[in-house]
Amino acid sequence: METKTLEKKEIKTRSPLLWGLGFGIVFGFLLQKGGATNYDVIIGQLLLTDFTVVKIMLSAVLTGMIGIHAMKSLGWVRLNPKSGSAGMNIIGGLIFGIGFAVLGYCPGTIAGAVGNGYLDATVGGLAGILIGSGLFAALYPRLSQGILKMGDFGDLTLPRLFKVKDWVVVIPVAALIILLLYLLERSGL
Amino acid sequence: MELLTQVRWSPYLVGVVIGMLSWATFLISKQPLACSTTFAKLIGMIEMGFTGKKAELKPYYQKLKLVVDWQMMLVLGIIIGALFSALLSGDFRWQWVPSTWENSFGGDPLLRILVALAGGIILGFGARWANGCTSGHGISGTLQLAVSSWISAVCFFIGGIVAANLIFRIIV
Repeated sequence: METKTLEKKEIKTRSPLLWGLGFGIVFGFLLQKGGATNYDVIIGQLLLTDFTVVKIMLSAVLTGMIGIHAMKSLGWVRLNPKSGSAGMNIIGGLIFGIGFAVLGYCPGTIAGAVGNGYLDATVGGLAGILIGSGLFAALYPRLSQGILKMGDFGDLTLPRLFKVKDWVVVIPVAALIILLLYLLERSGL
Repeated sequence: MELLTQVRWSPYLVGVVIGMLSWATFLISKQPLACSTTFAKLIGMIEMGFTGKKAELKPYYQKLKLVVDWQMMLVLGIIIGALFSALLSGDFRWQWVPSTWENSFGGDPLLRILVALAGGIILGFGARWANGCTSGHGISGTLQLAVSSWISAVCFFIGGIVAANLIFRIIV
């Protein structure tokens, strides 16, 4: 317990708000340059006519995954995978996906869309996300011990699931991502 | 400098730099790139403005802790960064109705706003249910090889692809 509070304190002092703001500015800049703040690009992805979003995400995951695991191997960073359950991630994920298609933005890209001047995001979408989040907070006591715990697997990672070292998963996943991106390019998407 | 004024960058360049950005956020701030919890905190703070302690004591808000934090600043930064990028390239524009929407459903701003509102409600609710969004699960969680994040990311796209096809290819 004591080490946990110590860790929490450390996390707090090393996360100055200014760094968050700075990282956000870079993130927003990149999302806009990539076209991910644009409704047409996101809907194009979900209609499978424009693969910009998947290309951005997969190359971010590829780069991030290798770097983060290298830094983990060096003892520089500690990972913090989220706990989950079938009830939480499958049902929540599908609900999120429907909202993603109806709104045409996600929680990160909508912030970028606001900066881009897109008023459907600013006026309709933001209010909706706030209402939806509040609705969940109101229902949380009824959901938390039931459906959200269904099929609970804790903070499991793929390496622990397969009982192998991290890199035994990192390398094949990296290869798969590269293959997928190659196939996307080759098919002209 | 020419790069900064371009309207679009290669998605691979953008993705690789976002991946490198995630190294920096882990290393310097010990935080993943993630956004959606911010909206839950914001609505909690708004509720507190109306009902005070009653809102603060809701179990979900207790769990989140309603204070301005790193991620809230990240989301604020995204608005500024996107504005900056759009202004530099001349891609900034006030727009009520996106063209894909207009081609199928017409240019009425009110209809688009109402649908965006409904979509936002579903998205916000789903993000809390899944405990993350396209950035927190889709990028930061999958790159940590979290099982919860891979399941969520796949379900985001299954739900999204089915719903988008229903909206644009079946309803229309």
